[in-house]
Amino acid sequence: MAASPERTRKPTKKPAEVMSRDELQAAYEQMLLIRRFEEKAGQLYGMGLIAGFCHLYIGQEAVVIGMQHCLEPGDEVITSYRDHGHMLACGMDPKGVMAELTGRATGYSKGKGGSMHMFSKEKGFFGGHGIVGAQVSLGTGIAFSNWYRGNDRVCLTYYGEGASNQGQVYESYNLAALWKLPVVYIIENNRYAMGTSIERATASHDLSHNGEPWGMPSLAVDGMDVLAVKAAGQQAVAHCRAGKGPFLLEMKTYRYRGHSMSDPAKYRTREEVQKMRAEHDCLDGARKKLEEMGVSEAELKKIDDSVKTRVQEAAEFAQSSPEPDPAELYTDVLAEG
Amino acid sequence: MTDILMPALSPTMTEGKLAKWLKKVGDPVKAGDVLAEIETDKATMEVEAVDEGTLAEIVVPEGTEGVPVNAVIARLSGGAETGKPRETAPPPQAPAMEAPRAAAPPQPKGAHATVQEPVDKDWGPTKTMTVREALREAMVAEMRADKDVFLMGEEVAQYQGAYKVSQGMLDEFGPKRVIDTPITEHGFTGLAVGAAFNGLKPILEFMTFNFAMQAIDQIINSAAKTRYMSGGQMGAQIVFRGPNGAAARVAAQHSQCYASWYAHCPGLKVVAPWSGADAKGLLRAAIRDPNPVIFLENEILYGHSFEVPAAEDFILPLGKARVERAGTDVTIIAFSIMVDVALKAAEALAEQGVSAEVINLRTLRPLDVETIVNSVKKTSRVVSVEEGWPYAGIGSEIIATVIEHCFDWLDAPPARVTGVDVPMPYAANLEKLALPQPGWVVDAVKKFF
Repeated sequence: MAASPERTRKPTKKPAEVMSRDELQAAYEQMLLIRRFEEKAGQLYGMGLIAGFCHLYIGQEAVVIGMQHCLEPGDEVITSYRDHGHMLACGMDPKGVMAELTGRATGYSKGKGGSMHMFSKEKGFFGGHGIVGAQVSLGTGIAFSNWYRGNDRVCLTYYGEGASNQGQVYESYNLAALWKLPVVYIIENNRYAMGTSIERATASHDLSHNGEPWGMPSLAVDGMDVLAVKAAGQQAVAHCRAGKGPFLLEMKTYRYRGHSMSDPAKYRTREEVQKMRAEHDCLDGARKKLEEMGVSEAELKKIDDSVKTRVQEAAEFAQSSPEPDPAELYTDVLAEG
Repeated sequence: MTDILMPALSPTMTEGKLAKWLKKVGDPVKAGDVLAEIETDKATMEVEAVDEGTLAEIVVPEGTEGVPVNAVIARLSGGAETGKPRETAPPPQAPAMEAPRAAAPPQPKGAHATVQEPVDKDWGPTKTMTVREALREAMVAEMRADKDVFLMGEEVAQYQGAYKVSQGMLDEFGPKRVIDTPITEHGFTGLAVGAAFNGLKPILEFMTFNFAMQAIDQIINSAAKTRYMSGGQMGAQIVFRGPNGAAARVAAQHSQCYASWYAHCPGLKVVAPWSGADAKGLLRAAIRDPNPVIFLENEILYGHSFEVPAAEDFILPLGKARVERAGTDVTIIAFSIMVDVALKAAEALAEQGVSAEVINLRTLRPLDVETIVNSVKKTSRVVSVEEGWPYAGIGSEIIATVIEHCFDWLDAPPARVTGVDVPMPYAANLEKLALPQPGWVVDAVKKFF
């Protein structure tokens, strides 16, 4: 297998074929929810209601929503600390996510995890991990549990191009390929690992090649186009579900905001950011496509309003919920047997 | 009208300079547009609009220094405002909580032993077996009982175990449940923790705990902390086991005790068996425990034989120490192979008329404070014995515990016997000088009298 990697294979489906009007409309609404949620989180951070590290997903929404549209109930998702978008994509309640950001008892981790550490086993979301690259081995292990049980579940394992330099990522590639584990590795290449551009960090400038030594099939994908993401994702997920082992997707994407909230953004120009926003924004692209499909201005406005209302409700919930009871300091350290 | 507030642009910012306005009154504003530049003590940063509308008023002119976070800096009108004006809530106050007093910190729930068997229950007839066989019997029994339990590690399957602990297990359970890994500790440890997050119950064998250093991030940051970080939603039922401490003549990188490293961390249980019964009973309990358990074995003990209860359901509780020898004049506290050293010292002391009580800790976290304190209240003297280094070692914790709980019963300052505070040397004579000997314990005890 190692002799004939499938990296150079074209996607089997054309992007335009992968979503109906209704599905694209739903995907647009989900991406918009992430965008507005993150804008609100940034705003609450500015007001001092959210503290610590807070890594916004603005700009990258098409990646997680396109991939989520490839999954079935029971599949699993794991990612890094830039995780709000993934949680909303998995169907977690924006109120619970925002309340965790404000450190309240009603948050997904009862206020004990914060932005980087949230989980929902019910929704198949396994975190939310703060150590760069650690989630790649963990996700490989979730895929291992599927292999062990002999089911056809697939684990989507997300990480940035910065994490892709970590040693355990390559250890994971090897294990997954060796044992044919059902894991889709998704590199969200937003070009900057904190302030270090990919050119300054990675000798492998085409990350979609990175699975080649292990014979891992892979695709490089326009991560700003939700249809292209879904088309590639379907191919990757089908490969894993059929028991053929891991698949690597490099999503070429971009974050509009800083690495975290305290990022002075001196490593790139404002023009570069504005150009990406103006020419490649996933929401603009989906909106244009929907208009071509005949979705009216009024329908889009209705979506916008509904999303804004949900985000506003989440923000109000997150501000009005109580802080955790002091007794919670001592709970959940160990499970009782 | 929507207020635009001076944002906090870093976790520590309280005020900043409004350096420059990039929009002027009357300009249309879309979400994401840069409104202004703000200088903090660290950097100049841009403020982006969150809402859309028209910039109606600039309240704080550019060049103003010391603008407090949350002050109104401008007002936005029109656009697609959604309902209520933005609240100007003050930053949340730190919870008004007192740090727990040192004397009796509340223990996290679940800190107690999960197997409720009494520590000295009579299990009936015994049979003679090595520690190696006892460990194997424990794994085999638990794997027969629970199909979610599996063994993974380097050379555990086809090679039959680097130290033959897993000999024969591949034949019984097959390659899906007894899994050879490549030499990739960081990767396979993360993989096993991920599998545990999804409900499997891995037994992860490290060829030695020295190699677990490659993987300690996954053990601490992923396995130990996730239950807490998830508010109790998700944890890892996993055993990390393998030989710990000095073997013989393998020098510094292969001869280190990690007991205090792991015992330091909340979210872990740490077990260090000495006898065959310890090995079997405690490993069964560790595999059934819903928490991550560090199980520190000892290579030299693998070949030692002990009497082990033959009962099918034999198991020991975690978190309970055992008094291996009763005495009245001094308490010697040890774990793992140092229990041998302590017992030999007690024998020598008996010949000199000193009656020593020897406690085998069995579990290092949670520590069996009750057994230690009851013994020290009886003997009024205590010495701890460990192979590891003295600084911030298990002995330090034992002595602090004794001083906190029974200072008034002590007739002498507690003493420590530890490995010498150097990396382990190779030469036979130097290695012997680096590791606690029974004579060191005898000397430490005799200073009490």
